[in-house]
Amino acid sequence: MSAPRSIVVQTAEAVRKGERTAVEVCEESLARIERHDGALNAFLYVDREGALEAARRVDEARAKGEPLGPLAGVTIAIKDNLCTRGVPTSCASKILEGWRPPYDADSVERLRAAGAVLVGKTNLDEFAMGSSTENSAFGPVKNPWDLSRVPGGSSGGSAAAVAAGLSQASLGSDTGGSVRQPGAFCGVTAVKPTYGRVSRYGLIAFASSLDQVGPFTKSVRDAARLMEVIAGHDPRDATSLEREVPRYEAACDEPAKGLRVGVVRSQVEAVEDAEVRAAMDATLDALRDAGATLVDVELPHAKYAVSVYYLVATAEASSNLARFDGVRYGLRVSRDDLVEMVEETRAQGFGPEVKRRIMLGTYALSAGYYDAFYLKAQKVRTLIRRDYDAAFEVCDVVLSPTTPTPAFEFGARTHDPLAMYLADIFTLPPSLAGLPAFSTPCGLTKGGLPVGVQLTGRPFDEATLFRASAAIEARLGLGEHEARAFLGDKA
Amino acid sequence: MSEPKISVDVVRHVARLARLRVTDEEASALASQLSHVLDHMDELNALDVSEVPPTSHAIPLDSPFREDAVREGLSREEALAGAPLEIAGGFAVPKVLGGEG
Amino acid sequence: MTTYEAVIGLEVHAQLLTRTKLFCGCSAEYGAEPNTHVCPVCLGLPGALPVPNEKAIELAIRAGLALGCKVRTTSRFARKNYFYPDLSKNYQTSQYDEPIDEHGELVIEVDGVEKRIGITRAHLEEDAAKNVHGEGGGLHTVVDYNRAGTPLLEIVSEPDLRSAAEAEAYLKKLRDILMFIGVNDGNLEEGSFRCDANVSIRPVGQEEFGTRTELKNINSFKFVRKAIEYEIARQEAVVSSGGKIVQETRTWNEAQQKTVTMRSKEEAHDYRYFPCPDLPPIRVSEERIESIRASLPELPDAKRARYVEQLGLTPYDAGVLTGHPEIARFFEATLAALGDEKLGKKVANFIQSEVLRFVETRGLEATFPVKAEALAGLLALVEKGSINGKIAKQVFAEMVETGASAESIVESKGLAAVTDTAALEAEIQKVLDANPAQVEQYRGGKQAVFGFFVGQVMKATKGQADPKAVQEILRRLLG
Repeated sequence: MSAPRSIVVQTAEAVRKGERTAVEVCEESLARIERHDGALNAFLYVDREGALEAARRVDEARAKGEPLGPLAGVTIAIKDNLCTRGVPTSCASKILEGWRPPYDADSVERLRAAGAVLVGKTNLDEFAMGSSTENSAFGPVKNPWDLSRVPGGSSGGSAAAVAAGLSQASLGSDTGGSVRQPGAFCGVTAVKPTYGRVSRYGLIAFASSLDQVGPFTKSVRDAARLMEVIAGHDPRDATSLEREVPRYEAACDEPAKGLRVGVVRSQVEAVEDAEVRAAMDATLDALRDAGATLVDVELPHAKYAVSVYYLVATAEASSNLARFDGVRYGLRVSRDDLVEMVEETRAQGFGPEVKRRIMLGTYALSAGYYDAFYLKAQKVRTLIRRDYDAAFEVCDVVLSPTTPTPAFEFGARTHDPLAMYLADIFTLPPSLAGLPAFSTPCGLTKGGLPVGVQLTGRPFDEATLFRASAAIEARLGLGEHEARAFLGDKA
Repeated sequence: MSEPKISVDVVRHVARLARLRVTDEEASALASQLSHVLDHMDELNALDVSEVPPTSHAIPLDSPFREDAVREGLSREEALAGAPLEIAGGFAVPKVLGGEG
Repeated sequence: MTTYEAVIGLEVHAQLLTRTKLFCGCSAEYGAEPNTHVCPVCLGLPGALPVPNEKAIELAIRAGLALGCKVRTTSRFARKNYFYPDLSKNYQTSQYDEPIDEHGELVIEVDGVEKRIGITRAHLEEDAAKNVHGEGGGLHTVVDYNRAGTPLLEIVSEPDLRSAAEAEAYLKKLRDILMFIGVNDGNLEEGSFRCDANVSIRPVGQEEFGTRTELKNINSFKFVRKAIEYEIARQEAVVSSGGKIVQETRTWNEAQQKTVTMRSKEEAHDYRYFPCPDLPPIRVSEERIESIRASLPELPDAKRARYVEQLGLTPYDAGVLTGHPEIARFFEATLAALGDEKLGKKVANFIQSEVLRFVETRGLEATFPVKAEALAGLLALVEKGSINGKIAKQVFAEMVETGASAESIVESKGLAAVTDTAALEAEIQKVLDANPAQVEQYRGGKQAVFGFFVGQVMKATKGQADPKAVQEILRRLLG
């Protein structure tokens, strides 16, 4: 096993040097989408014209001798819950189908300014609610490693697009694991930044106190490059942090020697899947080999994370999704009576999981239940945060599996919402604590499915996570053993 | 777990608050699914959090303010571009009476 | 017969005088074409986020301090969730259990009796859009989001008011204060100062409150009084005849001269308030609060008292001059330009008799053509004896019309008092020569004829002679 190529960094370099044109890179991406996306369904919209236009502008800028951005000519796919000016943005929901935002999300704006070529919008669980993309109103995404399995969710389309080489990088959003879990299932590097590190402006809200935009890339260094571009203060987001963004790429070169890794022993041991267990053991060996010190840590309240999360997130969602009423944009089911119009529009426009969560959240906030549910959840959230404070007294990063199992088959959990929620048990605690957390590929099962390890850092300390992830990647990376093999395409 | 936490009547009331029309089958399915989830959430009752402050944002945030300066917004055309029904430069809905509802 | 007393609490929504909306940079100006002061934030477009307007927070603190409130160093925005098309997000961003201002009071005076009215709280919130009903062949309501997101301060009184007169006095007082501190323009007609009243009655002596009704959207002081008076009488009639008050929302119907039901509360509201996750708590330092306190201008009550004590005005005159911040400012600026506090009464009289007459016919909003300095120039001429009071009124009217200075009008129209003693003396001698019989009478001891001579002289000089000089010379020549 070895580290994969850093195609983002390499492409930007090649375009800068004139070894490749941005248009060539873009056409290659568009051709791969054309060839494979019928099988994968990773894209909801391919912006062929817009992408080629952006690529041409990069090439023209170079021809004129203008300085090129750090992502010049790099092809990037955008999760379809991030607003893109004039380009359809639906959140994989019928209620927003065909809507074209009049503005770009902050992260999208930053990518464009860095010379990135945005190739299209990727599929997701409707409004980012789900862990498999089976909740998309436009059909699920297939896992490129095994088309009978889910890519994870909710950012399944963005993870699959990168895994299958349809774009060189992508953006997703992570509320309770929606970047990390599909990252693990699709064998790519996935980053959830510290809450407030990346602007949420233009990210269509699911749960505002948890949502964060994060990148998917093949390599850790590529993720560092993207994070340097998309992170930073945005005056349009009141929860955006006014903190300097460190040089993440430099952090990837720092040796892991002396790093204190806290292993959440109870979470590792809770994993029943032998192959995931084996991958964890291999990861711990690799870190030891890199000179890191391993210590056991406990997060006594992490086991409550599912309950806390599904109260807090659904409560916020019930309010955030109230604006979809057929009045200003999106779907309207016409009725003569206003209330009927709104109720029917929402009944027909939202899928079952979104309705379920709106119902749960409305219930949790409603009179008589607020203290027992929402307020209580926010208090337990404090306990979870304190657990991490204690853990970081003795370690620099906290390690756990990203998921209890590798990618599961379609339909395996759709009948039981609670079972689906419980599978998020490892990714939820860092989200509730607002902490940065990465999923890094750390091996393959015998059946050839990727396994991911989750590293959680102190607030604002993404740099240490890049350092630790790079050490794991150097020893356990999936190399050029790419998912595209499963698409009958060894290119 | 004897009685379901949420009855079909409660589902109907909540659906009304959330402006979701639900069929009878949906209401009974939701009652059982939500009850199942809420039963799991009973685990929180084991914790004494009477002395614990709630966390609404996990990361301490500044109090960001915006200067009181006019910024250009959307043109009327842009604003109404997505409107399902436009009348006289406004967003039209079936006639409403009275106040908030 | 049971006697009842009314229990009234008022909720005032005062629009804060900011340039932009509470959470976005759209203009908060009134009267633009529909849906032209909008952006992704106030239209509630997916992905848009609110950022609080610093000025709105400052004005809310200013109001709180002027109303004797405790200003919270940490307050919080919360979402009030309900579906209505005038809410672009189907929730209103407001404040709930941590409002910015709490525990204030206002002293009102009714029939010479002072009374303290508690102010429970004042909190920030965004205004809703405007619904225009009956468009599209009467089948539609059309929503204009220009007003959506405009900053409001909702000021909630304790149920301390006992009559419509008290309610009216409270509202007037509140409006005066907010206008004087530059927080609100006090315009009821345009809806920038709106009032809802909670009204109930109970037998005198009873502790617990009766069932209340809420009177909404009362948009003039006159209506407030009439609506509350009507509502109290209506409730007394219902209860006296053995009926029960229904908790409901009513509104004043001016055409029918009565309150009518808007909607009854058959469906209890469940707003599902929770802290807005898009907005961190508002933190304001004690130093900031104190610096805002230090910047507060003199409030109307203090001003009124000072006018009486320091300038010797009657309480009535002081009340008139402090009726609007612009009038008080004009009065003080005129007095300052004259540089003599002793002239306070004279300035006050002139402003009340002349200036306010023009203000009334032209409206306060129009830019008044005569500046305080120019008025001071006119009054200075009177003081010097260059013109008399009657001429001053004439000159003032001219100043209002032309905007010219008092000096130039007096000069160009030849209105200056005849103060040349020789010329005046010649003029007076002519009058005496023309009326020998009256001269005889005066010299014979009939003092009353003196007035006749003065009148004749003034007539001969077209009123321009300084009456004092005329009397002096007359006495000398007759003496």
